[in-house]
Amino acid sequence: MGLRSRTSRPVPPLTVATRQGVAVGIATAAYGVSFGALAVAAGLDVWQTCVLSLLMFTGGSQFALVGVLASGGVSAGPAAIASAVLLGSRNAAYGMRMKPVVGGNGWLRDAAAAWITIDESTAVALAQDDPAARRRGFWVTGAVVYIGWNLTTLIGALIGDLLGDTRAYGLDAAAAAAFLGLLWPRLKSHQTIAVAGAAAVLAAALTPVVAPGLPVIAAALVAVLVGTTNWLGSRDEPQAEAGT
Amino acid sequence: MTLWHIVLVASIACVVIKLAGYAVPPHWLEKPATARTADLLTVALLAALIAVQTLGSGQQLVLDARVPALVVAAGLYWLRVPFLVVVIAAAAVAAVLRATTGMA
Repeated sequence: MGLRSRTSRPVPPLTVATRQGVAVGIATAAYGVSFGALAVAAGLDVWQTCVLSLLMFTGGSQFALVGVLASGGVSAGPAAIASAVLLGSRNAAYGMRMKPVVGGNGWLRDAAAAWITIDESTAVALAQDDPAARRRGFWVTGAVVYIGWNLTTLIGALIGDLLGDTRAYGLDAAAAAAFLGLLWPRLKSHQTIAVAGAAAVLAAALTPVVAPGLPVIAAALVAVLVGTTNWLGSRDEPQAEAGT
Repeated sequence: MTLWHIVLVASIACVVIKLAGYAVPPHWLEKPATARTADLLTVALLAALIAVQTLGSGQQLVLDARVPALVVAAGLYWLRVPFLVVVIAAAAVAAVLRATTGMA
């Protein structure tokens, strides 16, 4: 998200990677406040909210889980889990991309690398040119986001706890705006815009008809359909790069 | 199923997915169709969540203060305003509309 391009030549690559990692890490960690507040508004307690950030640690999935729980409650649990898992599936793709860069140093370090493999750490790493700078960018970004995201999640959860009636403060609207912020940088082609539009219409149309949570899962079919047929897609454009 | 079950099952599943990326042979996801679908999946799910979060109220569709708040948010993202500022602005729009106009 909004990575500065490398302009100042004399700065060593490792320093550039560290600076980018810290900058992206701090900017991303700030979202944690909104996640914490929204999770509490969806009915989670402060502990559950913090466990999500500590363990799951992938923002899109965390927002999705609490978003579905907010609309359907505990009975929408399976749909909430499925939404989180589907949104987290891109981390497997990032993992395959990052394994040659940061993997192969024993299972413990590989597991740690996997844990912090998210949009931001992947994006900063791939924005660097040489292997050492890529590794530095990955670990610095991952570590700064991890620490910051968990701290700000706790702060947000405590704020949400204090607010009480969250609708009066517009927190339900904040949730939609947060999702839009995650979607916005991905709307780069006709194909992604068409998929987003169709998925939104389908989910809204199904809301009165099927159980809460299922409209979101059904919308995933749009992606599978368009993804396999490459409808509206350009011939050989690689689209699976990390969202820079 | 309690909230704790949901939180733990979903978290563990997401961690397993991350680990799988490092465990699976790399050529698996390198087919363009698979990579494209993984990418579009993120887009479709986020768009669906926006629709449900903006218009849904249980199993009903309603037009309330969330709609103008989302329109304002879209305008601010268009202007490249930072994420956190947009989220706070959207909340403020909904809160002010509810407090001053009696909008639901």
